[in-house]
Amino acid sequence: MNKFWIIMSHTYMTKLKAKSFIISTAIAFLFIIGLVNFQSIIDIFSSDTTEKIAVIDESDALTETLSMSVEATNEDMEIVPFDGTEEDGKQAVQDEEFEALIVLSLNENQLPEATYYANNISDTSNQMFFEQQLQQIKVAIATQQSGIDAQAFAEINEPIAFDSVALDETAKTSEELNQARGIVYIMLFVLYMAVLSYGQMIMTDVANEKSSRVMEILVSSAPAITHMFAKIVGIALVGLTQIVSLILVAYFLIQSKQDEFIGGMFEYLGFGDISPSIYIYAIVFFLLGYLLYATLAAMLGSLVSRVEDAGQMMMPMIFLVMIAFFIAIFGLNAPTASFVTVTSFIPFFAPMIMFMRIGMLDVPLWEVGLSLGLLVGTIILLAVIGARVYKGGVLMYGRSSSLKDIKKALALSKREKS
Amino acid sequence: MTLRLDNVTKRYGTQLAVDHLSLEIPEQEMFGFLGGNGAGKTTTFRMILGLLDITEGDITWDGQKINYDKSHLIGYLPEERGLYPKLTVKDQIVYLSKLRGMNKQDALKELEDWLEQLKVPEYMNKKVEELSKGNQQKIQFISAVIHKPKLLILDEPFSGLDPVNVELLKKAVVNLKRQGTSIVFSSHRMEHVEELCEHLCILHKGSPVVKGSLRDIKRSFGKKNLIVHGDMELGFLESYPGVVKYKRVAAGCELQIENEDVSQKIFSELHGKGFVRKFELEEPSLNDIFIEKVGASYE
Repeated sequence: MNKFWIIMSHTYMTKLKAKSFIISTAIAFLFIIGLVNFQSIIDIFSSDTTEKIAVIDESDALTETLSMSVEATNEDMEIVPFDGTEEDGKQAVQDEEFEALIVLSLNENQLPEATYYANNISDTSNQMFFEQQLQQIKVAIATQQSGIDAQAFAEINEPIAFDSVALDETAKTSEELNQARGIVYIMLFVLYMAVLSYGQMIMTDVANEKSSRVMEILVSSAPAITHMFAKIVGIALVGLTQIVSLILVAYFLIQSKQDEFIGGMFEYLGFGDISPSIYIYAIVFFLLGYLLYATLAAMLGSLVSRVEDAGQMMMPMIFLVMIAFFIAIFGLNAPTASFVTVTSFIPFFAPMIMFMRIGMLDVPLWEVGLSLGLLVGTIILLAVIGARVYKGGVLMYGRSSSLKDIKKALALSKREKS
Repeated sequence: MTLRLDNVTKRYGTQLAVDHLSLEIPEQEMFGFLGGNGAGKTTTFRMILGLLDITEGDITWDGQKINYDKSHLIGYLPEERGLYPKLTVKDQIVYLSKLRGMNKQDALKELEDWLEQLKVPEYMNKKVEELSKGNQQKIQFISAVIHKPKLLILDEPFSGLDPVNVELLKKAVVNLKRQGTSIVFSSHRMEHVEELCEHLCILHKGSPVVKGSLRDIKRSFGKKNLIVHGDMELGFLESYPGVVKYKRVAAGCELQIENEDVSQKIFSELHGKGFVRKFELEEPSLNDIFIEKVGASYE
């Protein structure tokens, strides 16, 4: 146990002091700061001046209505009636006096028509905006012409009342679903990132110790299995440190800008009032998922002799995580699909998919238990095999890195008692 | 605290790496392992340390199996040298000595003494990758001995060092032995083993071809070397009964003879034939024994 602590704290401290760790954490901090201040950053770059739009109204009846409806919806836009000819107007736009010129007229049916002139029309947001505004005006005029009274018109336009109610009493309500979707998204993403980056860290670390040949001294002073798990836990702590510090930074930043966020993103992601059990499930599945992939990474890492080969070994692991991730994302919209159900029992997918199902559905307890049991069983099995492979693998130096090596490593560590 | 290997066999699949090796390595002695590449030296060491499982047989130290509870009593310098390239000498040694059960203060104090003794005190805070290979080896040697092990296993300790550093390290090894450490070491270099070891074993393809104390081995080998320098025709000695090997040199010849008696016959044969400048009877060198037993030189 004592040696476990020594190796673990050594792994933790050296990783924490490593330049790569400091830099990647700093980048993540910057990213979060940027994300939280997204609105302010956008405001800095977008000019505060109001955009002036020149309007030539051949019918003289539309400008006022348009001006009213535009100013009601967009403060940054100002409608300026233009007195000159169309040519003068175009010239004024080219001289950048105005952002754009709109020429309005009524056609033979007394309905509005418009032409939009701007120096370039690649920015479609203004065009769409005016198209919508004018469309509304046109609809209003057209209904007036056909004699429908205003109240009937309002009723026609009113959106339909559509409510979803789950009949199964234990099924989640739609609010609960939205909330769960938020936390499932976050958990999936964090687990995905954690497995990839910290799995890689473990693998390169083991490969590093092997390629620098310091491994033989290490395994002569502490058992390989102690070494392997101390490494896994040490790097897990590094990961936790990173994640927790990021969360703290994000939390304080958000606290300081609370006004902007109330009712914003947070409500959307649904951190309002989720049952605590989902958080517990999130932590359990996260830890087990990490442990599973970390053990796999350590085992594979012990097989390569050079750091350069570690990437190659990483591939199958990346595929597994990616498959799990994409099935889980798909499952968010179809959690009852049968292949989602089936894959939620496969240990390498379970941490993501079963958690997603728990969030989205009312999964029977035995299914959760079975999935967890299989997961824990696989971790133990992998740990036992991993420790054996590790013991043999760390003394094995060869070029190839394949399944054959696992067999070789196992044979090397096999106890052949007579 | 005798280290005892009892009929130890190691097989990798069908390949036999060590074949029924039985040895007794007495306490506080230096024991030499000789053998060519692939003779099974490193495999034997790894089995002693418990890094590899033994296919058949037993290894005990002081009557008990060696396991990780004893790792603070054991020092190991692997053949493949390796340290963390990015760590400083200080961090490195402190970490490795903690794993051997030392605390930080003791480790730092010992490290200072050792760096002083090996004449590299300025390396304390240098990164290992900045050191030359020979100096890295000194640091690695320190990591193997810093915790004052009772049993020290050195796999090729002197390879890759210049003669000055070889002497430095030899002195350190002899000091350790005097302080009560049992030392097992392997080498290709016969003269190192001849100089340092009381007991030795020559491994060839996994089995010991010669083992025992240096003196006994030489004595029981029987054959002697005879050097004859003189002003007469010595060619007839090549086919002289009892002469095993004949080598012509500028001033005369060097012979290997079956036993001491042959030398006396040759001596009387030479009498009256001319001026004899040198007539010397020598113990066989370990090199001769090795070549004879293993059948090839690895120098």
